[in-house]
Amino acid sequence: METLERILAEHPFSRDLQKPYAELLVGCAANVRFEAGEFLFREGDEANQFYLIRQGIVSVEIFAGPSGQTTITTMGEGEVLGWSWLFPPYRWKFDARAVELTRAIALDGKCLRAKCEADHDLGYELLKRFALMVEQRLDATRLQLLNVYESHA
Amino acid sequence: MNLMPENEVMPAAPHPMAPLPFRVQRVRRETRDTFTLELQSANGAGRPSFLAGQFNMVYVFGAGEVPMSITGDPADQDTIIHTTRSVGMVSQAICKLKSGDMVGLRGPFGTPWPVEEAAGKDVVVVAGGIGLAPLRPVVYQLLADRAKFGKVVLIYGTRTPADILYQKELAKWRSRLDFRVAVTVDRAPAAWRGSVGVVTTLIPKVSFDPQRTVAMVCGPEVMMRFVARELEARGVEKNRIYISMERNMKCAVGFCGHCQLGPQFICKDGAVFRYDRIRPLLGIREL
Repeated sequence: METLERILAEHPFSRDLQKPYAELLVGCAANVRFEAGEFLFREGDEANQFYLIRQGIVSVEIFAGPSGQTTITTMGEGEVLGWSWLFPPYRWKFDARAVELTRAIALDGKCLRAKCEADHDLGYELLKRFALMVEQRLDATRLQLLNVYESHA
Repeated sequence: MNLMPENEVMPAAPHPMAPLPFRVQRVRRETRDTFTLELQSANGAGRPSFLAGQFNMVYVFGAGEVPMSITGDPADQDTIIHTTRSVGMVSQAICKLKSGDMVGLRGPFGTPWPVEEAAGKDVVVVAGGIGLAPLRPVVYQLLADRAKFGKVVLIYGTRTPADILYQKELAKWRSRLDFRVAVTVDRAPAAWRGSVGVVTTLIPKVSFDPQRTVAMVCGPEVMMRFVARELEARGVEKNRIYISMERNMKCAVGFCGHCQLGPQFICKDGAVFRYDRIRPLLGIREL
């Protein structure tokens, strides 16, 4: 049986964490599973977790008025879903829905926030990882916004 | 010194500026604004052989001439296939052609994709939007000779699910166990069950050995720049990345200079270039 320690040691987000931090993360982690169509969270809900996706696809969606429910991006194996737990007012800004059966590790953001406040080295380590992720998503979003295929013939 | 006997006439090679007559066999709508034309020689000469990556100049009588990538199977000896988007005056006229109409064809021109050089290596094909069309002959060749290559991956990004080209073929390719096909779209309704995000985000997710990979990339220039950057970040050397450039090609033989990019004529020296050779020119905004 796969232990949380082992799963976290293999996930790209946490695989090279120092042992004490990895152990600390295990203390805040739980195995979760979502069936296809099930929401991981809804816009406006309290954001107290983030997810390390192990298997499946999650779509991040927004209700865009006349365009209806629109998918902004999808996340899959090895990716991290959610950073609203890090920033006040700790509310989700989008919906997240499992497109297919999805397995993930849910990490308790509330618990981690307290631990990061108490141990700034841990806080810095986690923030570096989230900042890199935010930078990568921002780059991808900028390219997405360019609508590069529109005028290409 | 003339080595030909005086009474013999050298067989005339087709003049590169003289279009040959081709008849439209079929026009197929691929997406809202993209069409595929099937052409056959109208003078019984058969179709000229071509290599994956080459293009023809297609002349619509009364409208004008445009460069179009050849998008069919190099092994198909009868038909020439082109796929185009209806964006300019000539391509709009092309999209209105019907079975039986005549067009003029010059070509093939340009450099091919390095399919033969990729033998024994992993091959990553990255296409954006209509950039899948010039890469389709590569896929045909890779699959026809599948055992010659290592892992073969097609990464394809486009605007929306409705803009996906060659949907039936993609579905067939996806069902193969020896060919990884990853598709993503920039925008999608919630009913779409595939990936959403730019094409570069798929590169870290597919399995290939960067040290022994040849990558072939075609799409909008900005997309190709970002893709090349991501491939380099994965460890693929610049000299094993190939991109297909696009400029305003007119004569297709390097006379007119319309498609000149620094010292390179895209029509004659490209359109397929090794990335390390063309990259310095991409950064010069005046070009």
